[in-house]
Amino acid sequence: MHKRFISLLILILLGQTGCSNVEPWVKPYERANLADIAMQADRDPVSSGYINHVREAREGARGAAGGAGGGCGCN
Amino acid sequence: MSTKGHSLCKTLLLVAAFAASAVCAQVLPEDRADALYHSYNGDGIEITGPSILVRKKLTQDFSAYANYYVDSISSASIDVLSYASPYDEERTEISLGGDYLLDETILSAGYTDSDENDFQASTAWFGVSQDIFGGLTTVNLGYARGWDTVEQVTDPTFSEDVDRRSYRVGVGQVLTKSMVLNLDFEAITDEGFLNNPYRQVRYLDSSAPAGFLWQPEIYPNTRTTNAFSIGTRYFMQAGSAAYGNARLFNDTWGIDAWDTQLGYVYSTPKDWLFDVSFRYYSQTAADFYSDLFEFANAQNFLARDKELSTFNNYSVSFLATYALPVEDWGLVKRGTANFAYSYFYFDYDDFRNVLEGGAPGTEPLFNFSADVIQLYVSFWF
Repeated sequence: MHKRFISLLILILLGQTGCSNVEPWVKPYERANLADIAMQADRDPVSSGYINHVREAREGARGAAGGAGGGCGCN
Repeated sequence: MSTKGHSLCKTLLLVAAFAASAVCAQVLPEDRADALYHSYNGDGIEITGPSILVRKKLTQDFSAYANYYVDSISSASIDVLSYASPYDEERTEISLGGDYLLDETILSAGYTDSDENDFQASTAWFGVSQDIFGGLTTVNLGYARGWDTVEQVTDPTFSEDVDRRSYRVGVGQVLTKSMVLNLDFEAITDEGFLNNPYRQVRYLDSSAPAGFLWQPEIYPNTRTTNAFSIGTRYFMQAGSAAYGNARLFNDTWGIDAWDTQLGYVYSTPKDWLFDVSFRYYSQTAADFYSDLFEFANAQNFLARDKELSTFNNYSVSFLATYALPVEDWGLVKRGTANFAYSYFYFDYDDFRNVLEGGAPGTEPLFNFSADVIQLYVSFWF
């Protein structure tokens, strides 16, 4: 019963958060800066993929290097 | 209303709130084609080749891509010169993939096949990307599975397998109207034949003319790696931004590594974009690495791969992008011509240059620099 109550409380709290309608603190009309070409992290995937391959083939570390995708067949 | 009914209502409201919060719709990547020529030159190794990427929306909600990539390798590296002969080989890699837009979610999947005369690698991967909180947060999940076959040109009967799995989670967060933050974590596990079948380790032997002899490497059959990265990008003024990122890494072989990069992008209103960056990388050695073992079969696992040694490197990169004067080019909306150059310098703490001679274990420590050039054109249509 106690566990049920806690679960219900958590659900209600989460629900209240949902009902409060999370307000984006950066409005859609304030995102011009974010859309600037200089803010694009991966402008040219063919180039960033290549330079990641150059590094991974010569360093012991790998992974979490940004960009999408899977393996590189770089062994 | 009963308690049960109330909680159900709250649950539905919660789901609705999350669904409604994803108001910044996901968009598929733009249709584009890239043709890149790459060149790497360092440590006696020259690698050149093309990379061709084409991406096209086949329907309103599905975008497919294909990538053709070649490494033409001419190698006379320090490893090759120490105990083998220079060689030439070619690696061809083909990737196919697609992104499917489903409401506010992008589902992605792809397959990569890499082929060379003594190594085949296939990788299949799947990813999910979801915008939440009014488009201020993007959550990414990914899974990849790889199957490699390791062969040896000097022994046609040699064939070993490697299984790879990658698990990835990432969050992109808009912090302010001028700043974004990215967090990524990736765990990768390997199982199978993980060493290079050609690479050798050296050990002391007073009966040998040089004072040492060579024997094949022996690696563990499993490896698990963890990498966590954090990155940020800050808008400075129209056309310019500063960025930085850092990564921490460790694995079950005892390697600890970290790297960091800082960069600056500047673009003119019309024609040019420039990107300069500096990156530093540092790692410790694997537990079973040694430049010189005391005797043959000195321990269960043996490595002298300089990628597993203690070393650091830094690189300085420069990119210039020129917007082509696209007018009446039919389907082509815009295009760019690009030149990228990176200078790498690797400095090893416990990998010695045996080509320099001297008493075993007293040879100069190894270092080398590399020039990396990319020339490419991109078209959007």
